[in-house]
Formats: sequence, structure tokens, C-alpha cells
Amino acid sequence: MALIEASGLEKGYPGTDVRAVAGIGFQVERGEAFGFLGPNGAGKSSTMRMLACVSQPSGGSLRILGQDPVTHGRELRARLGVVPQDDALDLQLTVRENLIVYGLYFGLSLKHMRARSAELLEFAQLADKAGERVEHLSGGMRRRLTIARSLVNDPEILLLDEPTTGLDPQARHILWDRLFRLKNSGVTLILTTHYMDEAEQLCDRLVIMDKGLIADEGTPRELIDRHVTREVLELRFPPGEQQQAADKLGGDVEVLPDRLLCYADDGDAVQARVTELGLQPLTALVRRATLEDVFLRLTGRSLTD
Amino acid sequence: MSRALAYWLFRYRRTWQGTIVVSVANPLLFLLAIGAGLGSLVRGDVEGVPYLEFFAPGMLAAAAFQNAFIDAGFGVATARGRERVYQTAVATPLSPGAVMGGHLLFIGLRVFVGALAFVLVMAAFGLFSSAGTALAVLPAATLTGVAPATVVAAWAVTVTDFPRLNTVFRFVVMPMYLFSGTFFSVEQLPAALQSLMYALPLWHGADLCRSLALGTATPGMTLLHVAYLGALAVAGVLVGRATFRKVLYV
Repeated sequence: MALIEASGLEKGYPGTDVRAVAGIGFQVERGEAFGFLGPNGAGKSSTMRMLACVSQPSGGSLRILGQDPVTHGRELRARLGVVPQDDALDLQLTVRENLIVYGLYFGLSLKHMRARSAELLEFAQLADKAGERVEHLSGGMRRRLTIARSLVNDPEILLLDEPTTGLDPQARHILWDRLFRLKNSGVTLILTTHYMDEAEQLCDRLVIMDKGLIADEGTPRELIDRHVTREVLELRFPPGEQQQAADKLGGDVEVLPDRLLCYADDGDAVQARVTELGLQPLTALVRRATLEDVFLRLTGRSLTD
Repeated sequence: MSRALAYWLFRYRRTWQGTIVVSVANPLLFLLAIGAGLGSLVRGDVEGVPYLEFFAPGMLAAAAFQNAFIDAGFGVATARGRERVYQTAVATPLSPGAVMGGHLLFIGLRVFVGALAFVLVMAAFGLFSSAGTALAVLPAATLTGVAPATVVAAWAVTVTDFPRLNTVFRFVVMPMYLFSGTFFSVEQLPAALQSLMYALPLWHGADLCRSLALGTATPGMTLLHVAYLGALAVAGVLVGRATFRKVLYV
């Protein structure tokens, strides 16, 4: 049986007709890393709150670890780890105290938490910061502390809402490494992101959300194969000439505000045609298709609204 | 509830010394400046006693009431807003009711510590006829703060617009602070205002503290004051359970 099963899941908020989540279905298996990818306002965070058992679905069905989150929220929350988007650490307490008080929330003893916090800080590479106030920590350190905090109860499922938003590249890589280790130790990861490289790096399977619905679902490779070609030629023209160039070039072309994306199995061949047609792009780049292309295909037009 | 209280105690560990200095200095300054200083200009007695003796228990009640508003109003709104203390706690097995209960217990503790400091300062001024009198006034002052605190917390958790708290502080709390028989007898107010003050919680708290301090308490009035404040506290808890749940389980 799947660890999480959702079907026709909906979430609306009082005072508005727009449903943040408008009927989605998905399953998450034990031990996998599952991603929700989508632009801001796609319904990712609303979905995560329902999975965290702090938000009651407005419709559809949701089972987590075989139980109903509305009637068994308390039991389920004891088995989940949550990494909120904004950390919500206590800035006045020390690094260690943040872990201890959170452990007490789960009914763990002070004695247990003293030992456990040392292990978690080791894992989060924060052992030398244990006595420091969170105020003095960098963004990357805070994020790792939030992840350490979410592990106090040895959760079976870890929910991460945009885990690396706002971090510098080095901090992101350290964090990805820690998340890999967790996954290898058997923790099921569920994360939201709008970074394509993150989704490709971390997720075994993902769904792309847009306007409260699931646009598609699969492994990163499957989604790339299904929606885009092997290669992409990126062309940049002076402002205002994009559309004109696209019309002239024809074929499978996506017009973005700042550039054209030409989908082809052989990017170099398209580039040769560009030259033949006498088009003079400011820059031209052939690259492998990524999840970003899938994302733009499925949600891109709404982004440019 | 004790789990949520533990969090606040961890924070308190870092700040308690500072808050105790304030809790002692505040009554000391008020009793000296207004009770003894300005009070020396008051000719004759107020409600049968010298002004300092009249003023001190009223000020005790007013301070408990004001401190409770600050903790339950600004404290709760901050815990829900900027600091997201509550949202962090409800992601664990803690319920919104337990999160509220833990914070209210902590606010109660703070009000109690403030009242204790005030009562000790009053004792130093020789304002109690016996230790028993002081011991009776202490829970009365704590109740005077805790009762409105539950109501304020139930409301403050819904407030995302901070200036609204300031508005209520200025136009609701301050008038009550000044006119509830704290600095002068409510009998000096026009009849209509007098009736209004009798209906508001701080008059009950001030009269309870004062009658116990001066030894003029009657069983009937004491019961009325305690019942009024107790009912207020319970009402705040009941409403708060609903508002905390609504705000935290979105």
C-alpha cells in the first residue's frame, strides 16, 4: 500500500471562490523522494499543509500512513517531520535549545533530547554552533537546523517546503547532500520546489502543478521525454524581434519574454537553418533539454500573463 | 499544555532577571511618586484611609491588568505573526488548545511574579497589617490580570494588523487603567460613568485587591468579584480554543 494516497483532493479558503487545490490525485511510495513542482500560487503549499495534518481538505480523500489526517492528525503528526518554508526557528534560543524544546513538543524527555540534539547537530554539521543563538546563524545554517529539528522524532515522512529557496549555491549543495543521506536511510521525502535542478537532483518522481491542478506526473526523465525534444536551441534577439524571428523560423518554437526556445533532436541543425535564413540572434546556445523546459511548456504561458 | 509551557520557560530563562528588576522598580516608583509624593497633597482621607493606602492596591490591580494586556495582546500576536511560535508547535502532536493553554499558563506566571514583586514593595512601605493580608491580596491581583488575559489572547491570535493592538491599548486599556477606581474613587465619577466602571473587569479587580488589603472585604462582594473575574477567564479560554484552532488549522 502507498504511504500517501490522495484522490480528488481539494482545498478552498473562506471568502474566496478560487480553490487553491482544485482536485488532485497522487500516490507516494515508501522510501521515495516525491516532488511538487510549480510556479508560485500553484497550490503546492496548500497541499503540503494538508499533508502535514494542519489543514483540513475541503474535498476529495487523503490517507497518510493508512489513516485519515482529519481524525488521526495527532497520531500522524507524531510520525511526520516538517520543514516549513520560513524556518520559524526561535532566534532568542540557542541552536541546541531549539532542538530541545521541539523535542519536548513530541513528549520526548529532556534527558533524551540532550543526547539526541548532539546527534542531530552532528548530522546537520552544526555541532560547533550548539551554544550559539540562532540570531547569529547564516541562512544555510538555519535551514540545516530546521531540518535537524524536523528529525527529532525520527519521522517516517519528511515534508520540505521549498527547502533551498534563498540559499547560495554552496549552501544548497550541502543541503542536497544531507537530504540524499536521509533518503538513503529510508526516510520518505516530499518536497516542493520551483528550482528545476533541485527537482532533477532530488526527486525520483514528481508532479507538476499549475493553478491548483496536476499538469503531469512522472520521473524527471519521463517528463523530459514526453514534453520536450532531446536538445534545445536558445536564441536571444533584440527586444521586439522575438516573435518575428519565431514566425520566420517556424517549427517547434516557444516564445518567452526574453528569448526563443527551439526544440529539436539536433540543435546544431536548427542553428545552421537560423544562419541560412539570415537571422542574426544576439546569442545562440545549444543545450540538453531539462525539466525547466518541461515546466515552461506546461505552465510557462500562465507565467507570462 | 505543559509541553507548550516548557517552551516559554526556556525563553524566560534568558530574560527573567531583567523582568524582575522592572517588576520591582515599577511599583517602587509609582508608590513613591504618586502614592507618597502627589498623595501628600491630598487633604483628608479617600474612602476612609490615607491616599497611599487607598492608591497602592488600586495600582497593584491596574499594573496586573496592564501587564496581562501587554503579554496576552502583543505577546500572542507576535507568537502567531512574526515569530510563528504557534505554527511550529501545531506541526507536532500539540493541539491548538494545548498551545494556547501553555502560553496562558506562562502569562499567568508572569502576572503572578509581577504581583508578587508589587506586594513585596507594598509590604516594605508597611501597607499590610499582617502577612495574611498580603497573602490574600496576591492571588486576587493575579486573578485581576489572568481573567482579561484569556479574553485578550483569544482576540489577539486573530490580529495580523499590529497597530490595532495599540489602538485598543490606548482607547480601551488606558481609560480603564485610569478610571476604574485605581487612582481615585469611582464615586467621584458622574453616575453614568460610575455604572459603566462597575461593569468592567478592572473595577472588580481593584475593589477586590483594595478591600482585601484594607481589611474591609465582605463575603458577598468578594464572591461577586471572584465570580465575575472567574467567569471572564473561563469565557476567554472557551472562545480562545475556537479562535486558536481557526487561525492555526487553516
